[in-house]
Amino acid sequence: MVVQPEPQAPLAVEMAGIVKRFPGVVANDGIDLSVRRGEIHALLGENGAGKSTLMNILMGLYPPDSGEIRIDGVPARFHSPRDAVNAGLGMVHQHFMLISRFTVTENVILGNEGASFTLDRRAAERTVGETAERYGLRVDPKALIDELPVGMQQRVEILRVLYQQSRTLILDEPTALLTPQEVEDLYDILLQLKEAGHTVIFITHKLREVAAISDRVTVIRRGKTVGTRETRETTAEELAELMVGRDVRLHVDRPPSQPGDAVLQVFDLHLRGKGNRDVLDGLSLGVRRGEIVGVAGVEGNGQTELVECIAGLQKPDSGTIMIQGTETTGWNPIELREVGLSYIPEDRHHRGLVLPFSLTENMLLGNSTFAPFSSGGRIDYARTREIAAKEMAEFDVRAPGPETPAGSLSGGNQQKFIIARELFREPDVILAIQPTRGLDVGAIEFVHGQLVEERDKGRGVMLISFDLDEIFDLADRILIIYQGRIVGDFPSGKITRAECGLLMGGKTIEQEGEPIRV
Amino acid sequence: MADFFDINLLKAILRMATPLIFAAMGGLICERSGVMNIGLEGMMLTGAFVAVLGTYYLHNPWWGLLCALISGALVGLIHAFWSIGLRSDQIVTGTAINLLAAGITIFLCQRLWQQSGRSPQVETLPNVTSGVNVLVPIAFLLVPVVWYFLRTTKPGLRLMASGESPQAAESVGIAVDKLRYVAVMTSGMFAAAGGAYLSIGSLSLFTRDMTAGRGFIALAAVIFGNWMPIGTLGACLLFAGSQALQVQAQIKGIGISTDLLLALPYLLTLIALAGFVRNSRPPAGLGQHPTTH
Amino acid sequence: MSDSLRSRGLTMTVLTSVAAVAVALLVGAIFILLSQQNPVTAYKALLEGAFGSRRAIGETLAASTPYIFGGLAFAVAYRAGLFNIGIEGQMVMGGLAAGVFAAWNLDLPRVLYIPCALLVAAVAGGIWGAIAGALKAVSGAHEVITTIMLNYLAFQVLSYTLLRTEGWLPVNPQLQATKPSSPDARLPNILSGTRLHAGLLLGLLMALLVWYLLFRTTFGYRLRTVGLSKGAAAYAGMRWGATITIAMFISGALGGLGGASETLGLLGQQYNAPQGYGFASIAVGLVGRNNPFGVVLAALLFGTLRSGSTAMQNQAGTSKELVLVLQGLVILAFAALAASGRVQSWWAKRRGQRFDEGTDTVGVEPGVAPEL
Repeated sequence: MVVQPEPQAPLAVEMAGIVKRFPGVVANDGIDLSVRRGEIHALLGENGAGKSTLMNILMGLYPPDSGEIRIDGVPARFHSPRDAVNAGLGMVHQHFMLISRFTVTENVILGNEGASFTLDRRAAERTVGETAERYGLRVDPKALIDELPVGMQQRVEILRVLYQQSRTLILDEPTALLTPQEVEDLYDILLQLKEAGHTVIFITHKLREVAAISDRVTVIRRGKTVGTRETRETTAEELAELMVGRDVRLHVDRPPSQPGDAVLQVFDLHLRGKGNRDVLDGLSLGVRRGEIVGVAGVEGNGQTELVECIAGLQKPDSGTIMIQGTETTGWNPIELREVGLSYIPEDRHHRGLVLPFSLTENMLLGNSTFAPFSSGGRIDYARTREIAAKEMAEFDVRAPGPETPAGSLSGGNQQKFIIARELFREPDVILAIQPTRGLDVGAIEFVHGQLVEERDKGRGVMLISFDLDEIFDLADRILIIYQGRIVGDFPSGKITRAECGLLMGGKTIEQEGEPIRV
Repeated sequence: MADFFDINLLKAILRMATPLIFAAMGGLICERSGVMNIGLEGMMLTGAFVAVLGTYYLHNPWWGLLCALISGALVGLIHAFWSIGLRSDQIVTGTAINLLAAGITIFLCQRLWQQSGRSPQVETLPNVTSGVNVLVPIAFLLVPVVWYFLRTTKPGLRLMASGESPQAAESVGIAVDKLRYVAVMTSGMFAAAGGAYLSIGSLSLFTRDMTAGRGFIALAAVIFGNWMPIGTLGACLLFAGSQALQVQAQIKGIGISTDLLLALPYLLTLIALAGFVRNSRPPAGLGQHPTTH
Repeated sequence: MSDSLRSRGLTMTVLTSVAAVAVALLVGAIFILLSQQNPVTAYKALLEGAFGSRRAIGETLAASTPYIFGGLAFAVAYRAGLFNIGIEGQMVMGGLAAGVFAAWNLDLPRVLYIPCALLVAAVAGGIWGAIAGALKAVSGAHEVITTIMLNYLAFQVLSYTLLRTEGWLPVNPQLQATKPSSPDARLPNILSGTRLHAGLLLGLLMALLVWYLLFRTTFGYRLRTVGLSKGAAAYAGMRWGATITIAMFISGALGGLGGASETLGLLGQQYNAPQGYGFASIAVGLVGRNNPFGVVLAALLFGTLRSGSTAMQNQAGTSKELVLVLQGLVILAFAALAASGRVQSWWAKRRGQRFDEGTDTVGVEPGVAPEL
């Protein structure tokens, strides 16, 4: 039984005209948010829309450049999370801040142990147990965090917030790590909290969750509020459109693709992650020569694991990967390079480059055992330096020279260098995940141009991106990944952004003529 | 064989365990707060030297002990400033402390008493019973105190939180760095007390390198005791016992090979670290810093 | 342009090293002053004691030799991302193995006996190092603790061998030493009238080999990549566990050779007394910036301090243990100078970009680009 709050209930949290700039980016560009006391308010937006920044401002982690915050109608200015906690706000982080070797009670009381020098463990356990019971959290106060499943750990975080006497709870992507059953349990808990008079702000990018749990929803896109709706009075389609925007962008001018044979095939890939969750759940896909396959989806739906399985960095639990007709499941990255795979990783700093190394030395990463870089175990540095210099000129990598440490380059130049290196050995399959993350417009254009050029040379490109624009600009075929499965497969132009947004949010679309292939 | 396990053996074990317990409790506090301390050896040596120095000039071993404690805290402060304040490598700093302590103690011995590597005789702390110095029961009392502190006090909980996850601790408003300074200085004091026991407890003078690796054994005891006070006490007794048995065997002229006994502490620690014994688990945040810096 | 950038980096490296040593000497001077001596006299005596005569120079070079091996051993492990604190034990194992092998008086010609003895030492030290590497690879055991334990185990093995194996090994329990080495296994003297032996040449050769290995071979590239970025190494298909185990074998082998160089060169037999070069090797490696040629220079510095300190003690009355103090001070000065650079960049970051800090605090993966 869902209790609807009074439409005219007083406002628990008001944020008006919040602006926050970081060097080079405007994260929040005049966001308005009004949350009524006693409601569950969803904050919906794509990755990078500005949701987390907004909540970090609300929690006092950093001050807004301009804008106003009112808590229960009273203007508030927080200098630290403690101020926010004292004002009755509490945050359940996406990555739990729990100490795994402590018990539930120890974690809950940490930082709020009371005035006494000694701890009254039994009293604390009793209080924690009572609080847990009151809200149906069903957590054993004496249990070790280590021994609890992820869903239970999240309840401990919620418990901690309640123990701090917070009346407004902020949950940041709370379902990201949960199993479907745990999600249902979380909904029950949130409803109980609402019944007890608490206010909940629920950050999500999943439309299904908005419909399932929230009273109202505020949608944010590119740092701006694009609308607030009563959940009952809106539709998934409307929200999807608000979230991802209309089809207004012009597509990159490029000839249609001429796909050939399959160069990369993935069949029924399974991978278990933390807490026995299926990160990859029977995923299958194929990439042909001369096409760019764009994998659209919200971050954390198995993209990283998919790429790492293909690239030999993780071993799938089951399933088959084939490159140019050869089964390569479980091969190591060097062997995969030999059969023509190249991989532009997501993390430039911890995977793609060794930052203290010079560009010459970085040219060797993944190449060091191949000619012309080495022969007989001896590296030809002079030759490597020549190649690095030539590639830098060709790919417009701006650096004083090949002896410059990679860490001193800008992100765009680092990425161009990685792409230069990855294309040097003329691969047949190119994996690119988030290849333009954090780059400026010029560098983005360059990277996109390169990928299209490689496609036209007859190579198969698999592009994974959390940015729908990038997918729509580049992909010849669009796959949608959701919870470790491909839930849609469309030629470009046969799906709209809104439909794509629905699938990315876990909804299904029923359209004539376009069956969803799974 | 019956007289092999006599009261003297028991006393020998207690005596040999005492410096290890002091240093190990120091190491435990330090590591549980998240700071590695391989400088325990140097801290012990400093304590051993300063205890004699203080006793020599102040003519009272209790003042000597106090001086040793202060010196230990100061060496701890050096370790803390470098490894917490400057965020230097904690191993590098610990190594420097060991070298410095070894050098400075001998250097000063020579300067002050013109004796190469030994001090004159000084008065010792009293014995509670024959062959058992007053510091022996104090060491054993320290274990439940540390246990009680960690288990039931607010700063104890916060200290362990800093060692397990400095980020999480800081997110709930705990001043991790400050807490660690105190922990490292306390560990220096405890280690110095262990050193003082050697110089003005069981002996009555300082000799060069008189700690002879006990700081490292204490560290091994912390690991073997799985970073728990009671377990660490057990490890100290085990290590001291293997030494005492070996000495006893020599005294009684029993021709059993005692070499393995001497190697036992190191072998056991290696085996524990290799994960063969049970789940040996260091504090998860050991060597990590909270976010600022 | 690239060359100027490179030389600027080199200049900075050299400057840091010189500055650290200078700071250490200055603080050392305060110690000398405190003991009512004249630091100028003391340091002068030290220099004269180290270089004042042909004999002094020979002694200085002989004293530098174990530091070369120790510093190289530290550098190889450090480049692979490991902190080898067990060089002392690796030297003991190498020295003992070489001492026993050489005392067997095998019927081997000199050109074979010496290399074989060195090989035995390298393998013994290498295995002692590889144990720590393998333990880290398999169970994640911290190499600092395991190598400390292995040090003490090595001391036990040493004394057990020298005292209890008279029946089957060439040892002399009364002397607590191996029997004297066969003359055919001894490293020859290379400067008459001094104790300088061919171990120095071996050390220099090793420096060259280590440089070649680290900076010219695919394995060296793999080793350095593993040491700097586990993620990038995995990306490039390099196996971390195998690489660090091999790196620790090489590191230990260098330590073992250092022990053999002392046993077969300077002493002629292995005594039941570890020489205490292990911890100083850390300082040598750090001062030499873990570069083989830098290590050689740093080893010369430490050898100078060691051999000159005796003269300093005799002439200026300054305790020769000041060398230990200086070594400790050099390490602290180094750590502080390194930290000052870190603190600066932290300030720059903090002023320019408070975002990183914020994301860390809320538990988002550090280093991700700010969201749009």
